[in-house]
Amino acid sequence: MYTLSSKLKLFSIILMVVGLLGLIYGFIAVPANIEEVKELIAHDDHGEVVEMPLPGQTEDELEDDAQGFDFVPSEHEVNTERTGEEVHKMAEDAELVHLEHVFHQLQNKPWAAVYVAAFFFFMIALGVLAFYAVQFAAQAGWSPVLFRVMEGITAYLLPGGIIMFVLLALSGFHFNHLFVWMDPEVVAHDEIIQNKQSYLNVPFFLIRAAIYIAGWALFRYYLTRNSRRQDNATDINWYKKNFKLSAGFLVFFIVTESMMSWDWIMSLDPHWFSTLFGWYVFSSMFVSGITVIALVTIYLKSRNYLPFVNDSHIHDLAKFMFGISIFWTYLWFSQFMLIWYSNIPEEVTYFVSRIEDYGLVFFGMVALNFIFPLLLLMNSDFKRVNWFVVMTGIIILLGHYLDVYVMVMPATVGESWFIGIPELSALAFFGGLFIFIVFNSLTKAPLHAKGNPFMKESEHYHY
Amino acid sequence: MASKVIHALYTDDDLLLQAVRQVKEARYSIGQIYTPFPVHGLDKAMGLAPTRLAITSFIYGIIGLLVAVAMMNFIMIEDWPMDIGGKPSFSFIQNMPAFVPIMFELTVFFAAHLMVFTFFMRSKLWPFKKAENPDVRTTDDHFLMEVMVGNHNTEELTDFLFNTGASEIKLIDNK
Repeated sequence: MYTLSSKLKLFSIILMVVGLLGLIYGFIAVPANIEEVKELIAHDDHGEVVEMPLPGQTEDELEDDAQGFDFVPSEHEVNTERTGEEVHKMAEDAELVHLEHVFHQLQNKPWAAVYVAAFFFFMIALGVLAFYAVQFAAQAGWSPVLFRVMEGITAYLLPGGIIMFVLLALSGFHFNHLFVWMDPEVVAHDEIIQNKQSYLNVPFFLIRAAIYIAGWALFRYYLTRNSRRQDNATDINWYKKNFKLSAGFLVFFIVTESMMSWDWIMSLDPHWFSTLFGWYVFSSMFVSGITVIALVTIYLKSRNYLPFVNDSHIHDLAKFMFGISIFWTYLWFSQFMLIWYSNIPEEVTYFVSRIEDYGLVFFGMVALNFIFPLLLLMNSDFKRVNWFVVMTGIIILLGHYLDVYVMVMPATVGESWFIGIPELSALAFFGGLFIFIVFNSLTKAPLHAKGNPFMKESEHYHY
Repeated sequence: MASKVIHALYTDDDLLLQAVRQVKEARYSIGQIYTPFPVHGLDKAMGLAPTRLAITSFIYGIIGLLVAVAMMNFIMIEDWPMDIGGKPSFSFIQNMPAFVPIMFELTVFFAAHLMVFTFFMRSKLWPFKKAENPDVRTTDDHFLMEVMVGNHNTEELTDFLFNTGASEIKLIDNK
C-alpha cells in the first residue's frame, strides 16, 4: 500500500493556499470602474507607435505624410453635416467605448485564468480515463502494472468536473461574462447567435454539462470498483465486465468529449466553428494525460513503489507521448492550414486574433508541443532515460497549458492578456488540488492490480 | 582446418533464441544466422552492435526537408511568383504554411528511400545477386545457425548443439 508522504501533502497544501491567496488578490485587483482603467492605461503606456516602412517604401516616403501625393484643395467646398464640436464628441465616444471594452476584458481576466487552469487539470484526468479504457478495450498486455496509477489520476475527474460545472453555472447566472452568447443584450443584436439559440442557451448548456460529467464520473466509478474487486476474485468476471464497460465508455466518451469541446471552449467564439475541434481538444487531453501517467509512475518508482514497473513500461509511455504529440500537431496544422489558406473572413478571424495579439504564445506553444517532444524523444534510448522523460513531460504539460490558454483567452480577454498573478495562482491552486486528490486516492488501494489476467505478461514485459 | 563450421537447424524461433543464448554462454562463436523472418530480440541475444541505420535515416530526413525548402523557394517565390487565393508569393516565410505538406512528404520520401538503399548497400544486396543462404529451407520454416568450430572438439560441439534442440546438424568443411 502507498502512503502519502507528509512532505508531498504539505507541498500540495502550500500550493493550494498560495494559489488561493493569489486568486483572491487577482479578483480584488480588478479595476472597479472605467476611471481606474483610464489610469491603468495611462500608467503603463506601451511607448509610442513606431511606423515601419512597408515593403518597397523608403524612409523618406514614410516621413512625407502625403506619401508623394500632394494635397490639392478641391474647388468645390465639401459640406459635411457635422460641426467641429460633433466630430470631437464622436472621438471621445470612441475612446469611451474602447475603455469600456478594456474594462470588461480586465473584469474577465481572473475568471478566465481560473477557467483555463480548472479545465487543464480536469482534462488531464479525463484523458487518463480514456487511455485507461483503451487499455481494457484493446486487452493490452503491457500496461496492467500501471492500472492503479491511472485509476488514482482519474480520481480527480469528479471533483474537477464539479468545479467545472460550478464555473459554467456561474457564467450562466451572469457572475462573469466569459461566454458572450449568454448575454441577452448581445444576442438581441446578433443574428448568427440567434440562429444557434436552440442549442446555445443556458439551461440546455448546463443540462448537457451535467450529463457529460455525471456520465464520465459513473463510468470511472464502476471501472475502478470492478478493477479493485478483481484483485481477490477467483474468476475473471470483473475483468470481463470492465472490458465491456470500457468499450461502452469509449463510444460515450468520443461523442460527449466532442460536444464538451464545442460547448466549453468553441462556444467562447460563438461565430466560429471548426469540424475537427473535438479531435483537437481530445489529442491535447490524451497526450497530457499520458504524460501525467509517466510522471506519476516515475515519481512513485523513485520512492521505491511499483517494483514491477521497468524501463520498458516507461519506454512505451514515452512512445505514446511522442506519437500523440505528433498527432496533436497534425490536427493543429490541419485546422490552421485550411482556414489560413481559404482565408474566409468568418473563419479566419479566429487565427487573425491569435496571430496578431498572441503571436509568441500561439507559435511558441507549437514549438513546445511539437519540436521539443519530436527531437527529445525521437531516439529510442532516450525514451528509457527517466529524467529525460520527466523533462520532456514538463515541457509537454507547459505547452498544453498554453494550448488551452490560447483557445480560451482571445475570446474572453482579447488583447488585454498577460500571464501574471491570477494565471499562475490558478495554476498553483488547481495543481495543488490535483496532486492532493490524486496521491490521496493512490493510498486507497494496493498499487499492484494483482487480479488482472494480463498481470503476468505485464510484469515480464520487456522490449 | 581454418574454416570448419557447423550448421545447426531449428524449427522454432523461441527455440533458436534460447539456443543462441546457450551457445553464447558456452563461449562458442556464432557466424551467421539465417531466418525466414526477423526474430525479435535476436540481435541483442547475438550481441550485435546496435544499428546506425536510424541515424542515417534522420540525416536523410533533414536533407529531404532542406531540398523541399530550396525547391519551393525557387519554384514559388523566386522563379515564378503567383498570387494564389489572395496570397501573393513575395516571401518564403509568409507562404510557408502552404509548403508544409510538401516539406513533410519530401522529408519522409528521402528518409525512407535513402534508408532502404543504405540498407541494401550495407547488407550487400542488389538485383540478380545470388542467394547466400546455405539451405533453401531458411526461406520457408527453418532457422539456421552457423557455429565456428575453431579449436573446439567437433564431437563435443555437435552433442552440445543437439542438446540445445537442433533438429539437424551438418558439418561443413571448406578446405
